[in-house]
Amino acid sequence: MIWIDTIVQGILLGGLYALFALGLSLVFGIMRLVNLAHGDLIVLAAYLILVLVTLLGLGPFMAALLAAPIMFGIGWALQRLVLNRVLGPDILPPLLVTFGLSVLLQNALQEAFSADSRRIPAGWLETSSVSLGPVSLGLMPLLTFASAILVTLALQWLFYRTALGRAFRATSDDPTTASLMGVKPEAIFAKATGIAMVVVTIAALYLGTRANFDPTIGPARLIYAFEAVIIGGLGSLWGTLAGGVIIGVAQTVGAQINPEWQILAGHVAFLVVLLVRPRGLFPRAFD
Amino acid sequence: MARSSYKVTTRTGASQIAALVAAVLLVAAIALPTFASRSLIQDMFFILTMLTLAQFWNLLAGYGGLVSVGQQAFVGFGAYMLFGGAILWGVDPVAGLLLAGVAALVLAVPTAFFAFRLHGAYFAIGTWVVAEVVRLSVAQWKAVGGGTGTSLPRDARDLMWGVQWIESAFEVRSSEARDILTYWLALALTVATIGGVYWFLRTKRGLALAALRDNVEAARSVGVDSERMKWIVFLVAAFGTGIAGALIFLQNGRISPDSAFSVIDWTAFVIFIVVIGGIGTIEGPIVGVLVFFALQTLLADYGSWYLMILGALGIAVMLFSPGGLWGIISDRTGLRLFPIQRRLERRDGLQQKEVEEERP
Amino acid sequence: MALLETRDLTAFYGDFQALFGVDLTLQEGETVAVIGANGAGKTTLMRSVSGLIRQTPGMVRLDGREIGALPADEIMAQGVAMVPEGRKLFPSLSVEENLLMGRHRRKVNGPWSLDSVYRLFPILKERRNQPGTALSGGQQQMVSIGRALMSNPRVLLCDEISLGLAPVVIRDIYAAFPRIRETGASVIVVEQDIGQAMKVADRVYCMMEGRVTLSGRPDELSREAIHDAYFGAAA
Repeated sequence: MIWIDTIVQGILLGGLYALFALGLSLVFGIMRLVNLAHGDLIVLAAYLILVLVTLLGLGPFMAALLAAPIMFGIGWALQRLVLNRVLGPDILPPLLVTFGLSVLLQNALQEAFSADSRRIPAGWLETSSVSLGPVSLGLMPLLTFASAILVTLALQWLFYRTALGRAFRATSDDPTTASLMGVKPEAIFAKATGIAMVVVTIAALYLGTRANFDPTIGPARLIYAFEAVIIGGLGSLWGTLAGGVIIGVAQTVGAQINPEWQILAGHVAFLVVLLVRPRGLFPRAFD
Repeated sequence: MARSSYKVTTRTGASQIAALVAAVLLVAAIALPTFASRSLIQDMFFILTMLTLAQFWNLLAGYGGLVSVGQQAFVGFGAYMLFGGAILWGVDPVAGLLLAGVAALVLAVPTAFFAFRLHGAYFAIGTWVVAEVVRLSVAQWKAVGGGTGTSLPRDARDLMWGVQWIESAFEVRSSEARDILTYWLALALTVATIGGVYWFLRTKRGLALAALRDNVEAARSVGVDSERMKWIVFLVAAFGTGIAGALIFLQNGRISPDSAFSVIDWTAFVIFIVVIGGIGTIEGPIVGVLVFFALQTLLADYGSWYLMILGALGIAVMLFSPGGLWGIISDRTGLRLFPIQRRLERRDGLQQKEVEEERP
Repeated sequence: MALLETRDLTAFYGDFQALFGVDLTLQEGETVAVIGANGAGKTTLMRSVSGLIRQTPGMVRLDGREIGALPADEIMAQGVAMVPEGRKLFPSLSVEENLLMGRHRRKVNGPWSLDSVYRLFPILKERRNQPGTALSGGQQQMVSIGRALMSNPRVLLCDEISLGLAPVVIRDIYAAFPRIRETGASVIVVEQDIGQAMKVADRVYCMMEGRVTLSGRPDELSREAIHDAYFGAAA
């Protein structure tokens, strides 16, 4: 019985990791850019929500709604002013720039908010739970998982049912030919990073309401996100969700065996998948 | 044209002067403990070990195109093997350095096996995951203190090869003698690293590596085996990084998983040193480590501001001057202290002609 | 005034000069062919006009207005659509999505729409939901031409559309050109296949080593003159 509970909790935790990962997956799918500051941007969004909650007395969901366009703007500007200038065949410049940004963000947050760990208050939601047969599910983890599915659906719709998504895919295939269609690749990339930052805001909402956070936890979130993306297969949104769930389940099962093994178990699951399916579970036909 | 009237050379006037200056500096550095204060010795130790780490990371990323963010795995693992060897098997720490290098080399085999399945940026995070796995595993190793870490046993510290000789020769206490010994070891390691990297880059293999960095397709078409080159570079860098890591913690005397596997200390700082100094050159990390040390000395009291400035500086260099400080210097002056490109030179020295394979 | 005009157009790839002062005009409703051997500079000319190679101001004019210094996406918005060499379909888009990309920026109504492109190339309608890259080379070329037509361009640039295709397929594709002309489009066709080019063109430019060596109406030009302009007089 305890194992069913463990696995269900793991699946729900996987929803959070999928939310971390979807933004990374989106950006990589369109411009082959891996943003090493992705985890730190999640933490930045969590602080932004926290500030809006404390300053304006808003509920966390309202605050996230307000934070989303701000984060979109930050992502858009980051891409326009910095990242577009280093995109190219050489992977070194974007990696080093986003690595520098990661260190910069962590320390700026530390300067602004101190190293103390904080939490976004979510009132009665924090403790509410639903009983489902033998297992009791927290309302917050359930909401997280539902959001992960909704975000995946929304991105899927954006990619395959809208003109913007078509332009995303076309630019990802061949930016030069896309420009002959009147597409400005730089503008497309900026929109994509903006949208990724909206997903990051949703991830931050749940990161900040479910547990404590501090300025230094970004890199670990980046690693979970990265593992989910690779497990799922590069550029596959549903695969990313599945990857998040696998990391989540591995972690809760590991923790059930020995609490010190939680994080390690997630990494080991990733390495095992990498060993047996190097291209992930749902690889794209072409790359 | 008589063939014999030309020779292929890599020497430049500046490189010969540089070699002379380097020899003088080396003699002064060896003699440093006879007149310098203990804090200067410690500073020099820090500079030399960071320089060694930077040279190896530069070999990986700047020449091999392997951008690793997981070199702390080898720093930490090497250091832990030195501590483990001393505590469990009574291995002398100086011999433990070699053990550390070999252990890091062994660890590098499975690491490369996994990480080479990932490409480009994903390789970077892949190495980071491996470093995390090693850190979390070592934290389970109770004999070396688990998650809280441990100190080097007093016997191992004070009876280490060479310490007693230095104590009597310099008439210093054993802690100071240890600093002098580790400083000399760091100096030897740095010289061996720079010399080794320079030698390697001038060999056929090294030129192939440079060709690979500049154009994978072209290099392949002339028969450069890129997979094999990646393995060689990765294993060599792991070996050297492991020794450097062990040396750093030997001097420190204390170890813990968080300090030994710190991504900031052993990878972020190293990356900034290489990027700010100039990636893909031997001179770059040397310039970078001096700038880094100066910044740290000036800004150490400002904590996170210091790291913010370092991050911003790294970004600015990549955006506006990807060749780093050394790139600016060598563009302006044409100076090359470690010339790698071969040039055709008339034996009578009247005429010089640069050969095609010169790289920017 | 000419619809499209290049004046003293030069182009460089690094130190290598690919075009040496090319003058070319295209009148409203006219079809012009640019012929020449491999490396004559034809594709460079197309890339310069479409903005893939940025020019210094004054070298390319559309309706008398300067467009040479604009980026490719702006030139496209002004009504210059290109069928690029090698067809260049987007592999992750279906046939219909590829066609719709042609209207991504320039949504001008005119004779061309999904329906009329499907009437021009009926096979594309049957395969509308397949990935573009699943089609044969000739069908892919039809998608590429249809994609460019979707924006109802003022100038249609066709770069080497017969390259790598079987003669019977080339004939099928060129069979569509009279229909395209009927809609009043102005077309520049770049070709190595002199025969096809001469059939559809009102005027011909012959290029060699980055220069225009001969130009005129197809019926005015003798085979010998074209041969000399194409391969050089000494050949």
